[in-house]
This record gives sequence, C-alpha cells and structure tokens, in this order.
Amino acid sequence: MSVEVFLRHRTGAFELDIAFEAESGVTALFGPSGAGKSSIVSAIAGLLRPDFGRITLGGRVLLDTATNLFVPAQARRTAVVFQDSRLFPHMSVGDNLLFGWRRAEAKADTATIAHVVELLGLGGMLDRRPRGLSGGEKSRVALGRALLASPDMLLLDEPLASLDAARRDEILPYLEKLAREAKLPMLYVSHSVEEVARLADRIVVLSDGRVKAQGSVFDLLTDVDAIAGVPPLGAVFEATVAGHGADGLSLLAFNGGVLAVAKLKRPLGARLRVRLRAEDIMLAREEPQSISANNVLPCTVVAVHEGGDMADVQLYCGATRLAARITAASRARLGLEPDVAVFAIVKSVTVEREA
Amino acid sequence: MTELLSPAESQALLLSLRVSGVAVASALPFAFMTALLLARVRFTGKTLVDGIVHLPLVLPPVAVGFLLLMAFGSRGPLGGWLEAHLGIRFVFSWTGAALASALITFPLQVRAIRLALEGADPGLGEAARTLGAGAFDRLVNLTLPLALPGIVSGAITAFAASLGEFGAIITFVSNIPGQTQTLPLAIYAALQIPGGEAEAARLCGLSILLALLVMAAGEFAARRSRP
Repeated sequence: MSVEVFLRHRTGAFELDIAFEAESGVTALFGPSGAGKSSIVSAIAGLLRPDFGRITLGGRVLLDTATNLFVPAQARRTAVVFQDSRLFPHMSVGDNLLFGWRRAEAKADTATIAHVVELLGLGGMLDRRPRGLSGGEKSRVALGRALLASPDMLLLDEPLASLDAARRDEILPYLEKLAREAKLPMLYVSHSVEEVARLADRIVVLSDGRVKAQGSVFDLLTDVDAIAGVPPLGAVFEATVAGHGADGLSLLAFNGGVLAVAKLKRPLGARLRVRLRAEDIMLAREEPQSISANNVLPCTVVAVHEGGDMADVQLYCGATRLAARITAASRARLGLEPDVAVFAIVKSVTVEREA
Repeated sequence: MTELLSPAESQALLLSLRVSGVAVASALPFAFMTALLLARVRFTGKTLVDGIVHLPLVLPPVAVGFLLLMAFGSRGPLGGWLEAHLGIRFVFSWTGAALASALITFPLQVRAIRLALEGADPGLGEAARTLGAGAFDRLVNLTLPLALPGIVSGAITAFAASLGEFGAIITFVSNIPGQTQTLPLAIYAALQIPGGEAEAARLCGLSILLALLVMAAGEFAARRSRP
C-alpha cells in the first residue's frame, strides 16, 4: 500500500506547501519544531482541512480539494498515535485497546489481538485505568489501540517526544519490532535523528513548511548538499556480524570494509543497522600509524559542503557512503576536494538495531 | 417514619422529594443539550442565549412564578393549549411546582454540565474520530461519560436548590397541602397559625437533615462518577 500526499495550507504567516510519497515501511517526517510536521499528520488523518490538497491511500482518494472531496476522519482508516497518548480516561486499558477494533469493518482476529498485546507487553494491565499507567505504558497502549483499528496507514506523531530517555529506550524496541513487521505505510514524525536512524527506511526532511529533501535513510543522511545540516549528518548502513575476536572486539562486515566494535552479543551472520556520526569521523591524507582508534577506512571524497567555519565531507568507502564533519581550516589544510583519497578514522560506531 | 413524623409532615416531605426529583430529571436532557450548544457550537447570539438561560438565577423567584402563571395559567397561551389538547394542567398541581422548580434550577444544571464539557480534552474526540467513531458514537461513548461528574454534580445542586424553592411555587401554584405544599411552604403555613412555631421548628429541622443527606449523597456520587 502506498500513500501520496500533496498539501498547501496557510495558517497565519506560516505556509505549508509539500508533496511526498510513502510506501509500506517506515517513512520519517523529519524537521525542527514548527516545520509543519503535525499539520501534515492532521491533514492526512482528516483532522485538518487544508486549503488545497490531494491525498490518496492505496488508490483510495481521501482528500481532493479540486473536486471538493473530503473523507471524514472516522472513515479514513488512518490511525494516529499522538504524542500525548490520548487514552480514554473512563475506560480500562482493554477497552481502550479495542475502541478502534470494535468500530473497524475488517476486524483483526483474536490471534492478532493476542499478538499485539504480547508484542507491546500489555498483558498485565488490561483491567487497569489509564490514569495509573506510566508515560511509557501509555504510549504502548496508544500504539496497540492504533494497530488494532486495522488501519491502512499508521501515523506516529512524535510518540516518544514527551518521554524521558529511559522510557524512550523502553518503547524503541517495540517500535523496531513493529517497523520490521510493518506491512502498511507508517509515517513517523520526529525531530530526533537517533529515532529516525533506528526506525526509518525513508526520510522526508521538512524545513519551514517545505520538503527540503527526501530519500532513503541510507543515502540521505550523508547527502551534504541536500540536507545541509537540517538533520545532523551521519552514515546509516547495514552490516553483518563477521567474527568475535579474542581481543574483545567483534567484526562487522559492510559493503566497503570491516569495522571492529566493542564485543556484541549477536550471533555470526546477524544483520545489524549501524550508524557513524559525522562528528565521530576524523580524516587523514596518509594512513595513520600507531593510533588508538580501531577503525581506519580508506575512502574517496565525493563532495564537500562548506558552511561557516565547518565543512561537511561526503565520502565513499567502497560502495558505502559516509560523511564527516571537520573544520573549514582542516579542509583547506588537507586540500580536500572531490576524488581525493583519504583515510577515515572512526572514533565510535553506534549499533542501532537488527536490520 | 410514621411515628417520627405527623401525616402532614411526611406528606410535605414526600411531595418535596417528588417535586424536586421530577423537576431535575425532566430538566436534565434539556440542560445537557443547552450546555452542549453553549460549550461546543459557535453561533451568533450566544451571549443572548447564555443570558436567557441564566435569567431564572437572577430574577426574583416571585417574578418567575408570576411569569409562569401568565404563560401556563388556564387562560395563558401555553396553559390553555396544553389543557385543551393534551389534558396537562399545571396550575394548583404538584406538576406546576415541579415546572417552577425545574425552571429556577435549570441554570445550575447547565453551568455544571457546561464546565465539565469545556474541561474535557478535545484531543480525545480527535483520537476517537481517527479510530472510526462518528458524531453520535462520540456523544454517547465519550462526551456523555466524560461529562458525567458534571452532570451528577449539576443534578445534585439543582435537587438541593429545588428542595428550598418557595417564591416561584407559591406564586404559580399556591400553597395547597398535599398538592403543592412542599417543605418550605409548609414552614410558611405553620408560621401563619398562632402557636405554630414549634411545628415550624420541626419542619426546619427536617429540612436541615434533608439538606445534609443530599449533600452527602452528592459528594459520594461525584466521587463515584469520576473516571
């Protein structure tokens, strides 16, 4: 199932003018506060009627201002997980979970209900009232409630933004499981590049009500020209666990070389998603000797984007794109231009999740 | 009860309960709809409607009783029509007392329900819509239960205020034992008879007891209806 969105809407001095498409899987809507992310979610869900626009979901037209078509929210089958959960306080957790299910035309079977309850770890709280739940538990219930409505599309409007780091780490694994299983388009609104790098397949970068860039999470976060620092730069790619050394390091093979990382409790052959932040990569023209960093990767410069005192350098390491952020002074000193061969010294590797 | 209270006293007590109960119950659906209108709908003339709803609260009850008599008396426009076509008569009848009480306490119900409706998170309605709930579905399964504490407290306040209504009732339906003589009217009647102070004091004590009971019941109900 795919979704096509075109919207133009003015509220006060702010103008939203965007168009994008999303397929099954997780598409991150990334941008700073006030970029128009929540307005887009509201328009897709039918909670906001835009001045102009056309939205189709799996061939179904939900909105077309040209023909004055507006499918009301309750008939769109676009479930939303709101930042503030919005659980119904007068109902038990179980009744909250089944609120959308009871109103769905094509109801999920009992096995699916049991699966969602288990996936989100809700078994022990079905009879409780939302008031007694922690923030993380509320988010999980809101997620389950949306899933059980059997939606054609899932809209997640910063579901983790109101949670502290500990609660966030509690929910992320559930969202990852969901992202891997997802057979429907999920639009994940976030201003956290960590969440995006972990969850998303595609990114739509928003800035001031416009789409600044869109593309695969593997390409876009290293594209120094397209994003120009709206999301922080950094490479996201997949790697395979290739060995566990006696020296306490694990080896990750990727399309461009091998990374040595602190020992991982993952079996050989496991596919992982890895992130290298641009700030964590140093560049050298000659191969450094006697250096504490475990990873030195031979690369070629593809593009350089200079802004102020900093320079963002996009590199190819084999077939994998990396990005490094260095000072403009270093860039000039090293003479970094496209096609120059360099060595990337990787200070730290983040293993995000199972691929 | 028969040993504690004289037949006249228990008659006044039961009539008071019946008049107030019927007044509150029959006004409640209208109060809910009015509160919904004022809380959720934007329309021109809202201030005027709000003012009219509150009028019985600020008018002297005697004036309300007199206006009711004009409208619902046998020769009044509404009273004559109702009596001729539906056989409903308000004058000199306990139903008239209930009508007067309902009108006087109507704003109390509207205010409490409106506050509850305005206090409900509009985000919940949005969430319900995205989960497939239409307008009537949301009214029954979301708006009503969420406003329940307001509905309960409004009804209890109106019931308690109705128990004390005097001016509108005596003006509209007079002071007829067994028909329209509620507790406050019985107290007034007792005071008209020389040496009736003792009886009036007993009825006063009864009123105080009743008021305390209603307030305690209200507190209990409000606590139970909160989500």
